[in-house]
Amino acid sequence: MVITSRRLILGATPALIAAPALAQPRWPVRPVQLLCPWAAGGGTDAVVRIIASLLEKELGQPFNVINRTGGSGVVGHAAIAQAAPDGYTLGMITAEICMLHWQGLTELTFRNYTPLGLMNNDPPGIQVNVSAPYQNVQQLADAIRASRPGQLKASGTGQGGIWHLALAGWLMAMRLPANHVRWVPSNGAAPAMQDLAAGGLDFTTNSVVEARAMLDANRARSLAVMSGERLGAFPNIPTLKEAMNIDYATGAWRGIAGPLNIPAEARNAMNAALGRVFRSAEYVAFMNNRGFGMSYADAEGFGRHLAAADASLGDAMKAAGLARS
Amino acid sequence: MEALLEGFRLVMATDVLIAIFASAIYGLVVGSLPGLSATMATALLVPVTFWLSPIAAIATIITASAMAIFSGDIPGALLRIPGTPASAAYTDEAYALTRKGQAELALGAGLWFSAIGGIVGTISLMLLAPALAEIALSFSTYEYFWLALLGLMCATLVARSSPIKAIASMLLGLLIACIGMENPAGTPRFTFGIPDLLGGIEPIPALVGVFAVSEVMRAMAEAEPPKLPRRKFGSILANQWALTKKYQWPMWRGNFVGIIIGVLPGAGADMAAWVSYAMSKKFSKEPEKFGTGHPEGLVEAGSSNNASLASGWVPSLLFGIPGDTITAIAIGVLYMKGLNPGPTLFTERASSMYALYIIFIMANIIMIPLGILMIRAASTVLRAPRSAVMPVILLLCAVGAFATGNNLFAVLLVALFGVLGFVMEKNGYPVAALVLGIVMGSMLEQSFVTSLIKSDGDVLPFFERPVSSFLAALTFSALLWPLFAWAWMRLSRRRASA
Repeated sequence: MVITSRRLILGATPALIAAPALAQPRWPVRPVQLLCPWAAGGGTDAVVRIIASLLEKELGQPFNVINRTGGSGVVGHAAIAQAAPDGYTLGMITAEICMLHWQGLTELTFRNYTPLGLMNNDPPGIQVNVSAPYQNVQQLADAIRASRPGQLKASGTGQGGIWHLALAGWLMAMRLPANHVRWVPSNGAAPAMQDLAAGGLDFTTNSVVEARAMLDANRARSLAVMSGERLGAFPNIPTLKEAMNIDYATGAWRGIAGPLNIPAEARNAMNAALGRVFRSAEYVAFMNNRGFGMSYADAEGFGRHLAAADASLGDAMKAAGLARS
Repeated sequence: MEALLEGFRLVMATDVLIAIFASAIYGLVVGSLPGLSATMATALLVPVTFWLSPIAAIATIITASAMAIFSGDIPGALLRIPGTPASAAYTDEAYALTRKGQAELALGAGLWFSAIGGIVGTISLMLLAPALAEIALSFSTYEYFWLALLGLMCATLVARSSPIKAIASMLLGLLIACIGMENPAGTPRFTFGIPDLLGGIEPIPALVGVFAVSEVMRAMAEAEPPKLPRRKFGSILANQWALTKKYQWPMWRGNFVGIIIGVLPGAGADMAAWVSYAMSKKFSKEPEKFGTGHPEGLVEAGSSNNASLASGWVPSLLFGIPGDTITAIAIGVLYMKGLNPGPTLFTERASSMYALYIIFIMANIIMIPLGILMIRAASTVLRAPRSAVMPVILLLCAVGAFATGNNLFAVLLVALFGVLGFVMEKNGYPVAALVLGIVMGSMLEQSFVTSLIKSDGDVLPFFERPVSSFLAALTFSALLWPLFAWAWMRLSRRRASA
């Protein structure tokens, strides 16, 4: 069915599609592997699978998702970087690639990849228990300023995880020490949200998607989102800029990349196809339905994004005393 | 009422019925193969659910996981290799029954009480979900600390060897749980610079190694046990009604404990089975029969792990908080299919909720006929020569380990744990206690350290909150009970002699 419609398009609009296809060698001519460094059923897995199914429609070859898990994402990320550079093994890289090397856990950095397209970014939110006295983020910020160092406790992920760095970055943007609020490490956002509801924490900084069910259940209140603009799926949550005039944004982003030196035709075809996937109605509907943040950059833009994220996450890690070097 | 009828209509769609039937057989087969776990069965379904309608997608997850948790009992009873961690607590018991020539009783108990547990758990999910969710939400890290400690104490209760050796095995398990950077400090420990160790040791490869691979090694090293007399496999359900009546109390207790443990996020079917089996032995009138092929513990723990499976959906559906690895996968599928967890699911999409309940009940009912067929098919293993069965098991272990992450490291890990398990068994150290340590270790450390961080190093909050003080009292009384009993005996003996 997919292949037939593709053939129809090829036949009907030869001038538009066949001409550039003739100008350069065709890619792909066989199925492509898309490696996912995180387990089946999680957020990254969901995003990479919808992209794979839409790429198959765009490029006419199957895109097979393979979950290469282990080592906190290191194993899968390494497999993408070390794959044969023939363009037939690509994968999804996540924000961790700009964090793990600062902690000295791997030699891999974003420079080991050919960026192809940034496809999603989930910015952190700031959530409090629904019975907490803070009605807006300014009140919470005032309470943080007035508190002793380490008096207030926040959580959302493990020590040195992306939401920990989001907190550190936010505190630094408020000109406070990065560890003024004590970080309570947790095994991810779900246990942190549970502990917030149980009254064990003052606030959490995990992504709004991860807090969604607790927000719907009226157990938690979201005060702000650390993003440049409001989220499509959560239009009522103000940004930090709107609420307290702080220009700070970060997030857990995901993008498609390949090993270094993949053929130019593969890079160009993927660059164009990922742009069309991002704009497709199916992708928009899927991402909004699950609450994932929509954020796009083409191959060059993703490269710039990687460099900027690497620098800013490195700064936050150094300030929080988490970096090795 | 309309919503209920709509729910029935949703489930009776052809694609949903086919999905339930196919995933039931899939779950039964994968769960019964040593080396392939229930979690893996569910994870491998995720790419398939991508192409199914929402109700059919959830139906495959529910049905496959319920079937796999039951059929994990099958290799446990026939080969002394638990199919899933949830069966590990009572594998020795079920195998002892088989050696006594009562394989059908052991397997029938697994089937019958799994189905009962599943249905009771579903009813609790239907009637009590909001109240149960309150319990789950009142648990902070302080409560989880006591819970993990109580769970660990089961290791000595269920072990048949000396308690000292059981504790030593458990401590080794706790040490293994320290590997990796998934600890509160977020620093790598015991990784020796190997990136694969950063993520820590998962319980599944450890379980497959110490139970399945070491059993294969034992089969190679030791003489074959005397063949069981050739006879027709008797009726599977015939004796279950008598067991239900005789062990009514343990059964209800198992269901109750399973529901409560299932509701608590992070403590799943595995822990429910351990705690229930230990409780069964503790409260039994004939605890000396445990481990020799006595069905009482099977009744209680068999209903417990399936009851916890259904109630584990309560926090997942209401708050998007997974109860165990299986519901963690299920939540992803729910979101993907637009059935977003949260209270709105119960109000705005009531028909979909009813459809989920109906699927749960259906899955547990068709479990009985399909399970009987599966048991009959699997019982041929008893007649097959050992030299034919064992290589197949070894192959399955390797394939299963590889399939979890497309990563050769897991295969190596399974082999290493196989050797470890073999050496431990040879010297009388119970491997089940080792697995319990690995399963509970990270929860214990995480809840202890984060609690101390929250309280600025103060231990008082561990006893202040109402639920946590109750759990603390429970832990200490269980811990100090032998001491009191000993002192009481001394005292009464002295009085008698005086």
